[in-house]
Amino acid sequence: MAGLVIEREILIEAPAEVVWRTITEPDQMSQWFADRVELVVEPGAHGFMQFGDQGGQVVVETVDRPARFSFRWNYPRGEEPVAGNSMLVEFTLTPEGDERTRLRVAESGHELLDWPDAEKQRYADEHRGGWAEFLDRLAKVLAMRQQR
Amino acid sequence: MTTRADDELWSAIADPSRRRVLDLLVSNGDVSASWLAGHVSFSRQAVSKHLVVLEQAGLVSRRKQGREVLYRVEPGRLDQATRAMADLASQWDRRLGSIKRLAEATHAAAKENEGSNTPLEGGCHDG
Repeated sequence: MAGLVIEREILIEAPAEVVWRTITEPDQMSQWFADRVELVVEPGAHGFMQFGDQGGQVVVETVDRPARFSFRWNYPRGEEPVAGNSMLVEFTLTPEGDERTRLRVAESGHELLDWPDAEKQRYADEHRGGWAEFLDRLAKVLAMRQQR
Repeated sequence: MTTRADDELWSAIADPSRRRVLDLLVSNGDVSASWLAGHVSFSRQAVSKHLVVLEQAGLVSRRKQGREVLYRVEPGRLDQATRAMADLASQWDRRLGSIKRLAEATHAAAKENEGSNTPLEGGCHDG
Protein backbone atom coordinates (compact mmCIF):
# COMPACT_ATOMS: atom_id res chain seq x y z
CA MET A 1 0.00 0.00 0.00
CA ALA A 2 1.36 3.39 -0.97
CA GLY A 3 1.63 6.39 1.28
CA LEU A 4 2.17 4.69 4.61
CA VAL A 5 3.38 7.28 7.02
CA ILE A 6 4.98 5.29 9.80
CA GLU A 7 5.80 1.61 10.24
CA ARG A 8 7.37 0.30 13.43
CA GLU A 9 7.61 -3.09 15.11
CA ILE A 10 8.74 -4.72 18.33
CA LEU A 11 9.25 -8.26 19.63
CA ILE A 12 7.36 -9.00 22.86
CA GLU A 13 8.00 -11.89 25.23
CA ALA A 14 4.33 -12.72 25.72
CA PRO A 15 1.67 -14.69 23.82
CA ALA A 16 -0.39 -12.86 21.19
CA GLU A 17 -3.51 -13.08 23.37
CA VAL A 18 -1.80 -11.11 26.16
CA VAL A 19 -0.52 -8.51 23.68
CA TRP A 20 -4.01 -8.30 22.16
CA ARG A 21 -5.53 -7.44 25.55
CA THR A 22 -2.84 -4.82 26.14
CA ILE A 23 -3.57 -3.01 22.88
CA THR A 24 -7.38 -3.28 22.95
CA GLU A 25 -8.59 -3.02 26.57
CA PRO A 26 -9.37 0.62 27.44
CA ASP A 27 -7.81 0.47 30.93
CA GLN A 28 -4.59 -0.88 29.40
CA MET A 29 -4.69 1.51 26.43
CA SER A 30 -4.76 4.40 28.86
CA GLN A 31 -1.34 3.24 30.08
CA TRP A 32 0.40 3.41 26.72
CA PHE A 33 -1.71 5.65 24.49
CA ALA A 34 -4.20 8.28 25.63
CA ASP A 35 -4.80 9.51 29.17
CA ARG A 36 -8.38 8.32 29.04
CA VAL A 37 -9.89 5.83 26.61
CA GLU A 38 -13.53 4.97 26.02
CA LEU A 39 -13.76 2.25 23.44
CA VAL A 40 -15.79 -0.82 22.57
CA VAL A 41 -13.69 -3.17 20.48
CA GLU A 42 -16.18 -3.84 17.70
CA PRO A 43 -15.90 -2.89 14.02
CA GLY A 44 -17.60 0.48 13.45
CA ALA A 45 -17.78 1.36 17.14
CA HIS A 46 -17.20 5.04 17.97
CA GLY A 47 -14.95 5.78 20.92
CA PHE A 48 -13.20 8.69 22.57
CA MET A 49 -9.62 9.38 23.62
CA GLN A 50 -8.39 12.13 25.88
CA PHE A 51 -4.83 13.45 25.54
CA GLY A 52 -4.14 16.03 28.25
CA ASP A 53 -6.73 18.75 27.71
CA GLN A 54 -7.39 17.62 24.12
CA GLY A 55 -9.82 14.92 23.16
CA GLY A 56 -10.74 13.20 19.95
CA GLN A 57 -13.01 10.60 18.49
CA VAL A 58 -11.86 7.25 17.22
CA VAL A 59 -13.66 4.67 15.13
CA VAL A 60 -12.74 0.99 15.24
CA GLU A 61 -12.19 -0.63 11.83
CA THR A 62 -10.77 -4.15 11.97
CA VAL A 63 -11.14 -6.54 14.89
CA ASP A 64 -9.57 -9.93 14.19
CA ARG A 65 -8.58 -11.33 17.57
CA PRO A 66 -5.68 -11.83 18.23
CA ALA A 67 -4.12 -10.96 14.88
CA ARG A 68 -5.33 -7.57 13.61
CA PHE A 69 -6.74 -4.44 15.19
CA SER A 70 -7.17 -1.08 13.51
CA PHE A 71 -8.84 2.23 14.18
CA ARG A 72 -9.11 5.67 12.61
CA TRP A 73 -8.45 8.90 14.48
CA ASN A 74 -7.52 12.51 13.88
CA TYR A 75 -10.52 13.36 11.72
CA PRO A 76 -12.58 16.56 11.62
CA ARG A 77 -15.28 16.85 14.26
CA GLY A 78 -18.71 15.93 12.94
CA GLU A 79 -17.37 13.95 9.97
CA GLU A 80 -17.26 10.21 9.47
CA PRO A 81 -13.67 9.03 9.15
CA VAL A 82 -12.66 7.70 5.75
CA ALA A 83 -9.41 7.42 3.83
CA GLY A 84 -8.40 11.03 3.16
CA ASN A 85 -9.69 12.77 6.30
CA SER A 86 -8.21 10.63 9.07
CA MET A 87 -5.22 8.68 10.28
CA LEU A 88 -5.46 4.89 10.20
CA VAL A 89 -3.60 2.96 12.89
CA GLU A 90 -3.18 -0.76 12.15
CA PHE A 91 -1.75 -3.29 14.56
CA THR A 92 -0.63 -6.71 13.34
CA LEU A 93 0.27 -9.46 15.81
CA THR A 94 2.36 -12.40 14.61
CA PRO A 95 3.13 -15.23 17.04
CA GLU A 96 6.75 -16.39 17.04
CA GLY A 97 6.48 -19.58 19.09
CA ASP A 98 4.09 -19.92 22.05
CA GLU A 99 5.38 -17.13 24.21
CA ARG A 100 6.60 -14.52 21.82
CA THR A 101 4.77 -12.05 19.57
CA ARG A 102 5.94 -9.66 16.89
CA LEU A 103 3.83 -6.52 17.06
CA ARG A 104 3.76 -4.21 14.05
CA VAL A 105 2.10 -0.83 13.84
CA ALA A 106 1.44 1.19 10.72
CA GLU A 107 0.02 4.68 10.86
CA SER A 108 -1.16 6.16 7.57
CA GLY A 109 -3.33 8.97 6.41
CA HIS A 110 -3.74 12.24 4.56
CA GLU A 111 -3.31 10.65 1.17
CA LEU A 112 -4.70 12.57 -1.69
CA LEU A 113 -6.69 10.52 -4.11
CA ASP A 114 -6.04 12.41 -7.34
CA TRP A 115 -3.43 9.97 -8.65
CA PRO A 116 -3.93 6.66 -10.41
CA ASP A 117 -3.22 3.65 -8.21
CA ALA A 118 -0.75 2.28 -10.73
CA GLU A 119 1.41 5.38 -10.38
CA LYS A 120 1.22 5.19 -6.58
CA GLN A 121 2.10 1.52 -6.67
CA ARG A 122 5.10 2.11 -8.92
CA TYR A 123 6.50 4.72 -6.63
CA ALA A 124 5.72 2.67 -3.54
CA ASP A 125 7.73 -0.16 -5.09
CA GLU A 126 10.62 2.20 -5.72
CA HIS A 127 10.50 3.30 -2.11
CA ARG A 128 9.71 0.06 -0.42
CA GLY A 129 11.65 1.20 2.62
CA GLY A 130 8.79 3.58 3.24
CA TRP A 131 8.37 7.05 4.47
CA ALA A 132 10.88 7.34 7.23
CA GLU A 133 13.63 6.09 4.97
CA PHE A 134 12.62 8.40 2.14
CA LEU A 135 12.73 11.45 4.38
CA ASP A 136 15.97 10.26 5.94
CA ARG A 137 17.50 10.13 2.52
CA LEU A 138 16.17 13.55 1.59
CA ALA A 139 17.57 14.98 4.80
CA LYS A 140 20.99 13.48 4.08
CA VAL A 141 21.12 14.83 0.56
CA LEU A 142 20.06 18.23 1.86
CA ALA A 143 22.72 18.19 4.56
CA MET A 144 25.33 17.41 1.93
CA ARG A 145 24.15 20.23 -0.27
CA GLN A 146 24.22 22.69 2.60
CA GLN A 147 27.82 21.80 3.43
CA ARG A 148 28.98 22.70 -0.04
CA MET B 1 -3.28 15.46 17.27
CA THR B 2 -1.85 17.40 14.37
CA THR B 3 -2.29 21.04 13.46
CA ARG B 4 -3.67 22.48 10.23
CA ALA B 5 -0.15 23.47 9.06
CA ASP B 6 1.04 19.90 9.65
CA ASP B 7 -1.91 18.59 7.67
CA GLU B 8 -0.95 20.79 4.73
CA LEU B 9 2.62 19.55 4.93
CA TRP B 10 1.57 15.91 5.17
CA SER B 11 -0.88 16.05 2.31
CA ALA B 12 1.75 17.80 0.21
CA ILE B 13 4.23 14.99 0.66
CA ALA B 14 1.83 12.07 1.14
CA ASP B 15 1.44 11.83 -2.61
CA PRO B 16 4.02 9.53 -4.19
CA SER B 17 4.32 11.59 -7.36
CA ARG B 18 5.03 14.73 -5.35
CA ARG B 19 7.65 12.85 -3.39
CA ARG B 20 9.25 11.97 -6.71
CA VAL B 21 9.25 15.67 -7.70
CA LEU B 22 10.72 16.62 -4.31
CA ASP B 23 13.33 13.91 -4.62
CA LEU B 24 14.42 15.26 -8.02
CA LEU B 25 14.54 18.82 -6.69
CA VAL B 26 16.63 17.79 -3.70
CA SER B 27 19.16 15.96 -5.87
CA ASN B 28 19.31 18.42 -8.75
CA GLY B 29 18.79 21.87 -7.29
CA ASP B 30 17.37 24.67 -9.40
CA VAL B 31 15.50 23.19 -12.32
CA SER B 32 12.52 24.10 -14.49
CA ALA B 33 9.15 22.37 -14.68
CA SER B 34 10.05 21.14 -18.17
CA TRP B 35 13.25 19.57 -16.90
CA LEU B 36 11.27 17.85 -14.14
CA ALA B 37 8.68 16.64 -16.65
CA GLY B 38 11.51 15.00 -18.60
CA HIS B 39 12.47 12.94 -15.56
CA VAL B 40 9.09 11.62 -14.43
CA SER B 41 6.53 9.30 -15.97
CA PHE B 42 3.64 11.75 -15.64
CA SER B 43 2.68 14.78 -17.69
CA ARG B 44 4.04 18.32 -17.67
CA GLN B 45 0.59 19.51 -16.49
CA ALA B 46 0.76 17.11 -13.57
CA VAL B 47 4.24 18.37 -12.67
CA SER B 48 2.96 21.97 -12.61
CA LYS B 49 0.02 20.94 -10.44
CA HIS B 50 2.33 19.21 -7.96
CA LEU B 51 4.69 22.20 -7.87
CA VAL B 52 1.77 24.46 -6.89
CA VAL B 53 0.85 22.18 -3.96
CA LEU B 54 4.48 21.90 -2.84
CA GLU B 55 4.86 25.67 -3.06
CA GLN B 56 1.70 26.22 -0.99
CA ALA B 57 3.07 23.90 1.68
CA GLY B 58 6.28 25.95 1.72
CA LEU B 59 8.41 23.01 0.57
CA VAL B 60 9.38 24.53 -2.77
CA SER B 61 10.10 28.06 -3.96
CA ARG B 62 10.42 29.52 -7.44
CA ARG B 63 12.50 32.27 -9.00
CA LYS B 64 12.75 33.72 -12.47
CA GLN B 65 15.97 33.44 -14.41
CA GLY B 66 15.67 35.07 -17.80
CA ARG B 67 12.63 33.55 -19.44
CA GLU B 68 12.72 30.47 -17.27
CA VAL B 69 11.12 29.76 -13.90
CA LEU B 70 13.35 27.62 -11.70
CA TYR B 71 12.24 25.62 -8.68
CA ARG B 72 14.16 24.64 -5.59
CA VAL B 73 13.51 22.91 -2.28
CA GLU B 74 13.14 25.01 0.87
CA PRO B 75 15.53 23.19 3.21
CA GLY B 76 14.05 24.62 6.44
CA ARG B 77 10.57 23.40 5.68
CA LEU B 78 11.76 20.00 4.49
CA ASP B 79 13.90 19.69 7.59
CA GLN B 80 10.81 20.47 9.65
CA ALA B 81 8.94 17.69 7.84
CA THR B 82 11.78 15.25 8.39
CA ARG B 83 11.92 16.06 12.10
CA ALA B 84 8.15 15.84 12.49
CA MET B 85 8.25 12.45 10.78
CA ALA B 86 11.04 11.24 13.06
CA ASP B 87 9.04 12.52 16.05
CA LEU B 88 6.01 10.50 14.95
CA ALA B 89 8.17 7.40 14.55
CA SER B 90 9.75 7.78 17.98
CA GLN B 91 6.32 8.44 19.48
CA TRP B 92 5.26 5.02 18.18
CA ASP B 93 8.51 3.48 19.39
CA ARG B 94 7.72 4.77 22.88
CA ARG B 95 4.17 3.41 22.69
CA LEU B 96 5.38 0.01 21.47
CA GLY B 97 7.92 0.00 24.31
CA SER B 98 5.14 0.62 26.84
CA ILE B 99 2.98 -2.11 25.27
CA LYS B 100 5.93 -4.50 25.53
CA ARG B 101 6.51 -3.70 29.21
CA LEU B 102 2.81 -4.01 30.06
CA ALA B 103 2.29 -7.27 28.15
CA GLU B 104 5.46 -8.86 29.50
CA ALA B 105 4.59 -7.86 33.08
CA THR B 106 1.05 -9.26 32.68
CA HIS B 107 2.42 -12.47 31.22
CA ALA B 108 5.06 -12.86 33.93
CA ALA B 109 2.46 -12.25 36.66
CA ALA B 110 0.09 -14.79 35.10
CA LYS B 111 2.85 -17.40 34.96
CA GLU B 112 3.80 -16.72 38.56
CA ASN B 113 0.18 -17.05 39.65
CA GLU B 114 -0.11 -20.29 37.76
CA GLY B 115 2.97 -21.61 39.51
CA SER B 116 1.92 -20.63 43.04
CA ASN B 117 -1.72 -21.64 42.55
CA THR B 118 -1.05 -25.15 41.39
CA PRO B 119 -0.30 -26.62 44.84
CA LEU B 120 -3.37 -24.87 46.23
CA GLU B 121 -5.70 -26.30 43.63
CA GLY B 122 -8.80 -27.73 45.24
CA GLY B 123 -7.69 -26.25 48.52
CA CYS B 124 -9.72 -23.06 48.43
CA HIS B 125 -12.00 -22.46 51.34
CA ASP B 126 -14.79 -19.98 51.53
CA GLY B 127 -15.21 -17.98 54.72
